[in-house]
Amino acid sequence: MGRRKRAVETAVHGAFLLLGLITVGCVLLITVYLILSGIPAIRQIGLFDFLLGKTWASAAAEPSYGILPFILTSICGTAGAILFGVPVGFLTAVYLAKLAPPKLKIVVEAAVSLLAGIPSVVYGLVGMLVLVPGIRKLFRVPDGASLLASIIVLAIMILPSIIKVSVTALEAVPKEYEDASLALGATPMETYFRVSVPAAKSGIAAAVVLGVGRAIGEAMAVMMVSGNVANMPSLFQSVRFLTTAVTSEMSYSSPGSLQRQALFSIALVLYLFILLINTALNFFLKRDKEG
Amino acid sequence: MISTKRKACIWTMRLLTACSVVLTCGLALFLIGYVLASGLPHVTWTFLSSSPSILSDRIGILPDILNTVYIILATLLIVLPLGAGAAVYLTEYASSQRLVSVIEYAAETLSGIPSIIYGLAGMLLFAGTFGTSLLAGALTLVIMNLPTILRTTQESLKTVPQSYREGALGLGAGKWRTIRTVVLPGCMDGILTGCILSTGRILGESAALLFTAGAAHKLFGFFDGLMNQGATLTVALYFYAKESGEFDIAFAIAAILMLLTLAINFAAALAGWRFKKRRAL
Repeated sequence: MGRRKRAVETAVHGAFLLLGLITVGCVLLITVYLILSGIPAIRQIGLFDFLLGKTWASAAAEPSYGILPFILTSICGTAGAILFGVPVGFLTAVYLAKLAPPKLKIVVEAAVSLLAGIPSVVYGLVGMLVLVPGIRKLFRVPDGASLLASIIVLAIMILPSIIKVSVTALEAVPKEYEDASLALGATPMETYFRVSVPAAKSGIAAAVVLGVGRAIGEAMAVMMVSGNVANMPSLFQSVRFLTTAVTSEMSYSSPGSLQRQALFSIALVLYLFILLINTALNFFLKRDKEG
Repeated sequence: MISTKRKACIWTMRLLTACSVVLTCGLALFLIGYVLASGLPHVTWTFLSSSPSILSDRIGILPDILNTVYIILATLLIVLPLGAGAAVYLTEYASSQRLVSVIEYAAETLSGIPSIIYGLAGMLLFAGTFGTSLLAGALTLVIMNLPTILRTTQESLKTVPQSYREGALGLGAGKWRTIRTVVLPGCMDGILTGCILSTGRILGESAALLFTAGAAHKLFGFFDGLMNQGATLTVALYFYAKESGEFDIAFAIAAILMLLTLAINFAAALAGWRFKKRRAL
């Protein structure tokens, strides 16, 4: 090989290595920037007052920055979305992976892809005009923009992720397991729920964790239906999530102010939650591959 | 033979499963029907082809449509070489398994980060340098879509038969020449699928653009547009619905977004189907 050709090869190799490392660079950059901009406010407010403070009044004469209501709302909202979304998503996944006739499967899969593709602002808009008035009339509350509305919107939004990951896990279950169960006299339905589902449990757990990540990170749709007042979470009251706390005040907080810095600290807390969820997700996905 | 209790159990499960499927499909149908029915009557030619003007009391979304197109083009132009290049490195060059898993882990992390975090990071990283502009928005979306392009290209690269590479190398081509002339053309369908998926994601994105690309509705050409603030369709929808309460306009935009989503889903399904067919050969 000529020296020139070898030089070109080395240069190209180096260039591709650089492109490969960009992904890692992006993660590091985002992490470093979020930490750097999130720490100052936490230091000024105090970690305990910030995380466990019960009142958020950033615009008051004596501002107080406690984000416990946001943290609890995010946890409750996510838990509620999981409570509604997982059973429906899981059963739909079993149907798609095991029971559906091929033609119907295509139709249901198209519906699921559509749900996945709808922009979150469209979910928010429909929630705002259908769900919010509906809750107000049904439960006779003064304002339908509430935790309940957010939970329902989030439950619908996480459905496609749960369904897709669960279907992949269920379809990967070896056919021998099912054959053995059928041969022992179990009906197909019993086989799917007693054999296939336990065999795919890591993948289904991964689906649930993915749903948690999606729900806790959703901002725009929730912004439009949650009412956006910094209350402690309560089903029929207007609430504010970690994500919406950042979104709603970012545009009018002045750069460099403690308020804006506190918003970045909220983002940092959210980011830490997400990293935790990602770690759990990777754990389950890895176990699913090995199992 | 089968006890009543077992039968009851089986039928309950069957019923619950059917209910879930009906609910999922019903939701999709309801959403599309409701949005199209409330939005399409307000879509007119003037609405699509003009910019908003307070003087003549006219609302048009042409600038928002153009902004969306610009941001999709700019993002894809930047993310394609980056994502595909990273995928080529991972499948063709990387020899250290540890480095591969670090890069893959980073990509997984990126795909799990919610868009509002991207919005803030983009605001810190890009809006500081380029100002709040479509370019800052596009660069934010580049990071966001990197894992998508990386994954689809990588999957496609893995299906290029090893014998193709050996053939090219055996004929005396260098590694780079092999990749350029044999491997990359063989994975075009994967890159195309990645493009379609990314386009869909950019089309629906709003939280990441709110603080990076701004919310103006002015008409610009491609390059001027990139340097200026501009709202995409989703951001415009958000402001019309949440800030000014003009629901007719919001629904008209939602209907357009819905049709585009359907088109993209169809294109993705078509690309996936062709991909599968080619692999089966």
